[in-house]
Amino acid sequence: MDVTHPDLYGYIAEFKSPTELVSAATKAREAGYRRMEAHSPFPVEGLAEAIGFRKNRIPAIVFTAGLLGGLGGFTMQYFASVIDYPLNIGGKPLNSWPAFIPVTFECTILAAAFAAVFGMLFLNGLPMPYHPVFSVEKFVRASHDRFFLFIRWDDDQFHEQETRSFLEGFSPESLSEVRP
Amino acid sequence: MASENDLTGRSGVEELPIIGPGHTYATVSDKLTAVVLLDRIRKSWVLGLAISFAFVMLFLMSVTVLFLKGTGIWGLNVPVMWGFAIVNFVWWIGIGHAGTLISAILLLLRQEWRTSINRFAEAMTLFAVACAGMFPILHLGRPWVFYWLMPYPNTMALWPQFRSPLVFDVFAVSTYATVSLLFWYVGLLPDLANLRDRAKNKFAQVIYGAMSMGWRGSARHWARYQTSYLLLAGLATPLVVSVHTIVSYDFAVSVVPGWHTTVFPPYFVAGAIFSGFAMVLTLAIPLRAVYDLKDFITDRHLENMAKVMLATGLIVAYGYLMEDFIAWYGENEYEFFMMLGPGRPFGPYWLFYWGLIACNIVIPQLLWFRFARRNVIVLWLISIVVNVGMWLERFIIVVTSLSQDFVPANWQQYTPTFWDWSLYLGTIGVFFCLLFLFIRVLPAIAISEMQELAYEVDHRKSLGNDGHGKGDSSHA
Repeated sequence: MDVTHPDLYGYIAEFKSPTELVSAATKAREAGYRRMEAHSPFPVEGLAEAIGFRKNRIPAIVFTAGLLGGLGGFTMQYFASVIDYPLNIGGKPLNSWPAFIPVTFECTILAAAFAAVFGMLFLNGLPMPYHPVFSVEKFVRASHDRFFLFIRWDDDQFHEQETRSFLEGFSPESLSEVRP
Repeated sequence: MASENDLTGRSGVEELPIIGPGHTYATVSDKLTAVVLLDRIRKSWVLGLAISFAFVMLFLMSVTVLFLKGTGIWGLNVPVMWGFAIVNFVWWIGIGHAGTLISAILLLLRQEWRTSINRFAEAMTLFAVACAGMFPILHLGRPWVFYWLMPYPNTMALWPQFRSPLVFDVFAVSTYATVSLLFWYVGLLPDLANLRDRAKNKFAQVIYGAMSMGWRGSARHWARYQTSYLLLAGLATPLVVSVHTIVSYDFAVSVVPGWHTTVFPPYFVAGAIFSGFAMVLTLAIPLRAVYDLKDFITDRHLENMAKVMLATGLIVAYGYLMEDFIAWYGENEYEFFMMLGPGRPFGPYWLFYWGLIACNIVIPQLLWFRFARRNVIVLWLISIVVNVGMWLERFIIVVTSLSQDFVPANWQQYTPTFWDWSLYLGTIGVFFCLLFLFIRVLPAIAISEMQELAYEVDHRKSLGNDGHGKGDSSHA
């Protein structure tokens, strides 16, 4: 692995159908490649698993944020109505928790929804205005009708010649070098 | 009948195609991006935008006059202190609900037919909620201090009253607007990337590029995206129910005859979905005709929406029936007066009341018949009738109960003034103006989801040829 070698970011192979891409990705993983990306215009079933994506932390993040949001919402109401500004209205209890449920609920949902969106963007490393794959001319079709397998230069297995011929073995539509 | 049986699926329900024949993921993307990128500006679009923009001007004028003179320009009086502003608030927020229902609940229920209508239904939600939100704020009398309703540490050391449904409303509506916006934007991300890649002109490339945040359809991105989208749908589903439930608390928590009813939360939610689907149909039928999207918004979509409208309409009818039944069975003379006496059906607003019964209960029964569900003109007219009916319902609930409450000496009639009407028509202009702009600059149909659907339908067909029915169950 040549960490100081940013000239060549890797190879990207273009496929015509999702099935070809999934099988190529599976084989690449079997061959020991770990640092690869697969690009498709729409989510393809089993593709993330094929390139070795296992740990999806979104649910945990959303759950935690929802919990905190709910607790925060209730605490805010408790603080306002019991501690900071207690008002006796018709002898009703200061901590009238049933009346606090709607606001608590809304705070839960709001915090969880923010976490779902910003957690997803953060983990995906977005926004990222430029990425080396955008330099590949054919890559514009990745959002249209083509499916790409990208093996990165920092993979332990990566070798300029061998990786190239390995990808050519799948007889892709095209094979391009990814340069910065 | 024989030909009909051929179309009958395993479930025994006749199935029209969900997407036009011969579409692959490439043609779907081509066709849908072309609506935004290649289409020349159409005369009908310009005309529609111009007309709705004229109403936006009317809106601005009525708001200006309102700010200068105060709420006295409206037909409000004592005891009718809630007039058009609250009627329109409840009406608009109800219209928004179908968007969330289509995009969230039907997603969770894996109803594939939602795919081609969810994007613009969500846009409709956003714009309707924006229109809805303006009314309570303008109704405040001093709208520029609306933020006093928010809990923030202020120099007056005051907090909002968290036991009040009006404060629940602030939280519910603002959360609903925010979550709808997030949901809509997340759904747009892949399509914005598609537009960025297809756009020819520099300006469009930069704008779509910035909005798509560098999305490149990586499998890891998609995995997190799908989880987050599903979770958002799961969060939006109870949210949408909570919003109209809370709106109904504005009424149900009081003791005013005609409002103090436990059936309000479910029946408000059903009414919201009823009017929302009516609005989706009102918009979808012209949209698919003008932009030639019959392959994507098929007759099956229209028919399914008609069925949802019929079902929710019946729930609403049940709500009316229960109000009347409890008024009679509960032997509360004020309730009886309002529900069955000179309050609503036989009082000064009888025309509105019976109009509401006709629009919401009687006319939608046509949807039992297949010809009404399949004939777009009839369906379109019914959807407009339902929109009017739901507006009348809100008018009846708000105005009749206030104008004749417990003490006859207080009774006053409510007559909307020019400024009431102008503000209402003005927000309709705002709504349509935003919609016209939306269909011009963003894909009105979710491209990546349609591609996925086209691929799956294709895939299933090829599986179906080899082994009968196998493809169907694997995606169920």
